[in-house]
Amino acid sequence: MSTPLLEMRNISIHFGGIKAVDNVSIDVMPGEVVGLLGHNGAGKSTLIKILSGAYKKDAGEIFVDGKKVEINSPIDARTHNIETIYQTLALSDNLDAASNLFLGREITTKFGLLDDTAMEAESRKIMARLNPNFQRFSEPVRSLSGGQRQSVAIARAVYFNARILIMDEPTAALGVHETAMVADLIKELKAQGLGIFLISHDTREMMELCDRVSVMKNGQLIGTERVEDVTEDDILSMIIMGKNPKQAA
Amino acid sequence: MSGGLGKLIKTLQIDTRLLGMIGAFVIIALVFHVATGGTFLTPRNLFTLTLQTASVAVMATGMVFVIVTRNIDLSIGSLLGIVGMVMGVIQVQILPDIVGFGSPSIWIITVIAGLLLGAAIGAFQGWLIGYLLIPSFIVTLGGLLIWRGGAWWVSKGTTISPLDPNFIMLGGATGTIGVTASWALALVGSALTVLFLINTRRKHISHGFAVKPMWAEYALGAILVGAICGVTAIMNAYMVPTRILERRFAAEGLEMPEGYTEAYGFPISVLIVLAVAIGMTIIAKKTRFGRYIFAMGGNPDAAELSGINTRLLTVKVFALMGALTAIAAVIASARLGSAGSSLGELDELRVIAAAVIGGTALAGGVGTIYGAILGALIMQALVSGMGMVGVDSPLQNMIVGGVLIVAVWIDIIYRRKTGDA
Repeated sequence: MSTPLLEMRNISIHFGGIKAVDNVSIDVMPGEVVGLLGHNGAGKSTLIKILSGAYKKDAGEIFVDGKKVEINSPIDARTHNIETIYQTLALSDNLDAASNLFLGREITTKFGLLDDTAMEAESRKIMARLNPNFQRFSEPVRSLSGGQRQSVAIARAVYFNARILIMDEPTAALGVHETAMVADLIKELKAQGLGIFLISHDTREMMELCDRVSVMKNGQLIGTERVEDVTEDDILSMIIMGKNPKQAA
Repeated sequence: MSGGLGKLIKTLQIDTRLLGMIGAFVIIALVFHVATGGTFLTPRNLFTLTLQTASVAVMATGMVFVIVTRNIDLSIGSLLGIVGMVMGVIQVQILPDIVGFGSPSIWIITVIAGLLLGAAIGAFQGWLIGYLLIPSFIVTLGGLLIWRGGAWWVSKGTTISPLDPNFIMLGGATGTIGVTASWALALVGSALTVLFLINTRRKHISHGFAVKPMWAEYALGAILVGAICGVTAIMNAYMVPTRILERRFAAEGLEMPEGYTEAYGFPISVLIVLAVAIGMTIIAKKTRFGRYIFAMGGNPDAAELSGINTRLLTVKVFALMGALTAIAAVIASARLGSAGSSLGELDELRVIAAAVIGGTALAGGVGTIYGAILGALIMQALVSGMGMVGVDSPLQNMIVGGVLIVAVWIDIIYRRKTGDA
């Protein structure tokens, strides 16, 4: 087997006395979509927040291209080309699309001042690809629709040459049409060789988009299976019962 | 707003809030002009008004950043007091013995020391807020009491005067730059404004963005240049009284020529306000530091997830507030020619009111530098206007308090209507 693009090995984290993530290992290959499933509070979001640098793990190791890396901050994650689309989108509502897209990585002029026109021009380019209808570049993102806000968050993640993309409930707030657009985008990014971690509650959507799914419950990994090897019912029983029927059999 | 005018404003891309504030100022000025029998809108009174506004205006620009990051600074009045007092001691009791009385280095060393002290105290308070996570309301409420007490303690309650003559020039009451320099400055300012408009348009065209019609650019340029020249003309219309001129000639042993006149021109303190306003606007709009301040105000979590060190940012914002308070302390003590332990009392409330009247939202994330300065000017116009009409001081406070509440209420309605919450 070839080297995974990214591997998280034996990751644990506590909050007070609660083991939010308990000795979990997951990985993703280039051009693969790995789904993370589980109830609310199963530890999915906590696990990926460790990967995106928002939380610091208590134990475990992270490997990119087989090389061990330290991720202690969002900046560390970004330097390893790990980009995250958060469930909350993590946008500053008072700023416009370009300011959000480049937040923390602004384009500056030769005098070190912000080059807003250049940033807007780049934003227009990427948005033309992701959401051609998007025109409201000079308004604060608070006045945008859910789908438009989502496309700003996605644009931010894919603009900076992401290799590993984390998508936490990317379609939760979207309509049917916009959900289909996100699904198409995931397929396109996968074809480009990105490794994608996808979190969702929609089991059917996961069966469609993912190559493998990892199921978590109470902070522990129940199992990781290729989607063609399991039925939707198998996955549901892993989520609810916390047992892997394939291993039991 | 009626269709035609609304369209015109939109084409010119003028902020409607700015127009509203200018409108409010004009109405206040006209009402007082009539009520005082024609003394409010005179060069002399407008000159005095800008002098009185200067120190609050400087601090209000810093308060915008503080409030935008969802904090508050209640300590600045007391901070102004202690910094003013320390600067007083340095220039009157310490430096003359070292560099000699009247040495021009006195004011420079004094101002630098004041800036360092202000920034250091501000940074310390910012550290308590950002790193120890004590709410800014509490830290700066404590600061209000601590620094005011400190100001008293520095001089044991005595007032330090007279201050260094060069230092006093910075207050503007005696330090003005004269007619020629004022016009030269207006010329440079106008030229830079026009260059800025041309440059912006060129950049937008090069990226293929939509631009305003050419007539709108001309109109905007004419309005801005007109405003610069108008203010300059007012400052240059305030004549130095003949008595003072005669005394000045007499002091040099000369006879004043028949019919000799001279105007004041821009006071140095007002030029300091202009420099601060331009500098702070550039920081707010064109630097990473400014962008991160607004990002943090809009969504602190998002700012942190974008790799912004919001704790250090808090320290920097309060350090900047402290440095601006030190500049205000220079202006305030220099204008009075003395440093007393009550200098700057209640200024924190005037400054917060100016920022809020200027459209800074206490919920964070929203505010402009020019708004805060206009807010300071509107408040001062109200206060001095009422003083001129002969309104008793307790009633003045009641009216200013009422105006503050009404202004915020109007602001809330405005935001609801325009949708920029």
